[in-house]
Amino acid sequence: MDKHGPPIIKINDVRKSFRAADGRERSVLEGVDFTLREGEIVALLGQSGSGKSTLLRIMAGLIGVDSGSVQYRGQPLYGPARAISMVFQSFALFPWLTVQQNVELGLEARGIGREERAERADKAISLIGLAGFEGALPRELSGGMRQRVGIARALVTQPDVLLMDEAFSALDVLTGERLRDDILELWTQGGMPTKAMLVVSHNIEEAVLMADRILIFASDPGRVRFQLAIDLPRPRVPDSAGVRALIDEVYALMTAGAVRAGPAGAAEEPEVLGLHGRLPDADIARMEGLLELLAGPPFHGEADLPKLAEESELTDDELLPVASAIDLLGLARVESADLHLTLLGRRYVDGDHTVRQELFGQQVLANVPLAAHIRHSLEQDPERALPEQPFLRLLQQHLDPAEAERVLKTVIEWGRHGEVFEYDFHAGSIHLPDDQQDEARNSIIE
Amino acid sequence: MAFEKNFFPRQVVEAGNRWDWALLPLVLAALVLAGLGATGMTKPYHLGDPIPLSLDPLQLPYYLLRTTLRMLLALVFSLLFSFAFATAAARWRAAEKVLVPMLDILQSIPILGFLSITVTGFIALFPGNLFGVECAAIFAIFTSQAWNMAFSLYQSMRTVPGELQEAARVFQLSPWQRFWRLELPFAMPGLLWNMMMSMSGGWFFVVASEAIAVSGQNIKLPGVGSYIAMAIEARNLQAIGWAILGMLIGIVLYDQLLFRPLVAWADKFRFEEGGQESAPTSWLLTWSRRTERIAKLSERFTRALESTFTWFRMKHDGTSIRARSTPHSGTLARVWDALIAAGGLYAVWELYSFVHETVGFDEVWHVFLLGCATMLRVIVLIALASLVWVPIGVWIGLRPAVSGRLQAVAQFLAAFPANLMFPVVVVFIVHWHLNPNIWLSPLMVFGTQWYLLFNVIAGASSIPSELRFAAGNLGLTGWLRWKRFFLPAVFPSFVTGAITASGGSWNASIVSEYVSWGDTKLEAQGLGSYIAHWTADGDFHRIALGICVMCVFVMGMNHFVWRRLYRIAEERMHF
Repeated sequence: MDKHGPPIIKINDVRKSFRAADGRERSVLEGVDFTLREGEIVALLGQSGSGKSTLLRIMAGLIGVDSGSVQYRGQPLYGPARAISMVFQSFALFPWLTVQQNVELGLEARGIGREERAERADKAISLIGLAGFEGALPRELSGGMRQRVGIARALVTQPDVLLMDEAFSALDVLTGERLRDDILELWTQGGMPTKAMLVVSHNIEEAVLMADRILIFASDPGRVRFQLAIDLPRPRVPDSAGVRALIDEVYALMTAGAVRAGPAGAAEEPEVLGLHGRLPDADIARMEGLLELLAGPPFHGEADLPKLAEESELTDDELLPVASAIDLLGLARVESADLHLTLLGRRYVDGDHTVRQELFGQQVLANVPLAAHIRHSLEQDPERALPEQPFLRLLQQHLDPAEAERVLKTVIEWGRHGEVFEYDFHAGSIHLPDDQQDEARNSIIE
Repeated sequence: MAFEKNFFPRQVVEAGNRWDWALLPLVLAALVLAGLGATGMTKPYHLGDPIPLSLDPLQLPYYLLRTTLRMLLALVFSLLFSFAFATAAARWRAAEKVLVPMLDILQSIPILGFLSITVTGFIALFPGNLFGVECAAIFAIFTSQAWNMAFSLYQSMRTVPGELQEAARVFQLSPWQRFWRLELPFAMPGLLWNMMMSMSGGWFFVVASEAIAVSGQNIKLPGVGSYIAMAIEARNLQAIGWAILGMLIGIVLYDQLLFRPLVAWADKFRFEEGGQESAPTSWLLTWSRRTERIAKLSERFTRALESTFTWFRMKHDGTSIRARSTPHSGTLARVWDALIAAGGLYAVWELYSFVHETVGFDEVWHVFLLGCATMLRVIVLIALASLVWVPIGVWIGLRPAVSGRLQAVAQFLAAFPANLMFPVVVVFIVHWHLNPNIWLSPLMVFGTQWYLLFNVIAGASSIPSELRFAAGNLGLTGWLRWKRFFLPAVFPSFVTGAITASGGSWNASIVSEYVSWGDTKLEAQGLGSYIAHWTADGDFHRIALGICVMCVFVMGMNHFVWRRLYRIAEERMHF
């Protein structure tokens, strides 16, 4: 890292927590140190909820910190700085302003005169390939063109630092790749005034192709788990051996953190899913689809995660939760960047609907403590039914409200699929399946 | 507006263009008329002087001018009030705590209440001039327009999408720039819709606000409302007919010259994408956009606004010590809360001693019973109106061709003052010797039932067509079709409409429980007639008591009935 220039943004031992609905503090970032230097592109990777977007917003001056320091070129940063610009995930264009007016927004706010504004906006617009669209309203443009406006708006103020918050994730793959390549070209040719870029991404390939350095975040609380320097020369070719090897490595690092301490995750102690742990955000249809894909040709039960991502047409942040879910349920095992079908997984794929359901229910009860707890409480209850609120409250003590709801929704979906319990949406209550209410209680658990 | 380009290629002629010549007389005429109205407003006047008015239909255009001018001024003040209120409430937590409940109370106070309290003050403000009375009338119209506009703007400012707010901060927009560039444009469609609703409200109370008969005063300002009041006193049916025609013309003019152009112009502020294919159009907007002088004028206005952006810009960024937020102290907030609580307690005590010393608790109990009578009327009538209008609204909403045309008609009906129905109702009741306690009630929902209708129409027309095909495919018919499909589908919009209708009915009770036609006066026992009665006599204590009780009823009903239904609709029944 010493080949890079002087530091621009320096973050020291930053801690950030949010106050949840019940008044408790929930930690989002814990003890994060980071320095963005001149001449580098840094990518932040991590599962959702790992605080990478929060870190980006702290650097943008949009969110304050609880403790620790944030400095921009030696000066403390209390709010958004003129020299730091940002590109947003959903573009954040003002729909009632034309392309030109949107691009001029930052200049107008600074009180720059009409002629100079127009001249500078023209330059930025043609730099980013939007010439001819100056008078259009954003709603007339496609997603890719809109994000180009967002980038032109960010570049026109000659920022020192450009922050990109999942800037390509709302675009289709092809458009996103085009835009990314255009930006990289501007960067390597010195076409933009910007000295450093920070990219939050959920796409591993994107991070490997763009960044000089990748930071991988861990959740609960968010912290930097690994750092990885990338020395490959630009332009980088997606299918080259060097890039492929790096993608594999990043996959391995990420799954090591997310699923369990595999061979790659050296420093971490094994993580066992607790009663109120974050269940991976995976729906049943995707799990079944992935298992069938894994069992069939050409993989025959053993696959490299990046290949699987390509084959299943899932993005990384869609694939990884599904992989960790089937690992959690013991239907497959994740080891470094590979996924192996277990014997149980084989039985599941070969089985018919009833077999699958029974197996699934059994594995959910055995491996998801929350599901087991719900089932246990239902069996004790004379009504065989309970409201969902107590479970939600239990989760909310440890997770933020939206995440708690998500986890409860996931456990309910899994429980329903395995006929462990049923759920009534209108009443908001969980109950035992009707046909099991009078039966022997542990007929499923055996 | 793509089609304009095809049909009317823009012609640029050196010395103005042909549109200039067409629009110029229109603009000049408008200016002359405004001047004429304004001189009428500021004539010398001493309390007790008779203002010459006649039922001659030839005078009606002048009265219409005066009324529309008053409404326009009230609308401008409502707009200014909304800006001030919404910015204060949305920006400062401390202000929000006081302002929002205050607005909730203000909007449940009937218009006559404001008028009786303020009219003498306004007259004293401009001694020897009619302008004082004019101000009182304008203020009365203002109170029937401002509250929902202010609420709408406040709510929009609170719900500006997060990423746009972040973008505004990253690109260093100052609060002033943020208001004009982000918050106001975002709020514009909702604000305009509420302006139109407010206008209907203004027309509905046009008689009460112009023919001022409060606190022993009896002043009739030249205007359509006074014309109606005089026609009722003189039992002149022909004049009533002329008044209806005059109002119709006034409403159409407002629609064509003000709201249509505004709606067409504000289409660009629509935030959601796609959707509606046909953008609203307005001949006047098209016309003035092609007129060079007006185009230049709006260009100059834009430039002036932009130059204010240079003055009120951020002088520092996030690296300056001035951007450092002082850790906000809990004590200050607690002191403020304590002050508010103390103010509330003091008001309760004052109220108690007021009741104890001046009117007595028997009177309070009496007024409370009257409130119950009016509440019973409101509930029964909203229920009856729902039985009628929900099926009709669903039927219309499912037929887009019909619903587009009916929207305008319903808007006119909502503006139609209940006073115009007095002759029909009085003659009917007197002839059949009916009980006014029952038969005056329909007047209460006369103006407000239309809100039920519009909302149900809007709800029914937004049912996804796939759902309709599915219902047809499953063979849902008869009652099952209504129970499982139509009623749940329109429930959220029905609740919205019913909230507006019930609030409006309470306000309307003061003109509909106390009805006259010539010398015949009919009165229904209720809170509305109680307030109307004591307002005419100018008994402040009883007016205040009546208003307080009405506020309690309206807010109680909102809180315990409507808001709950609204929440159920939000959570369970949306697409």
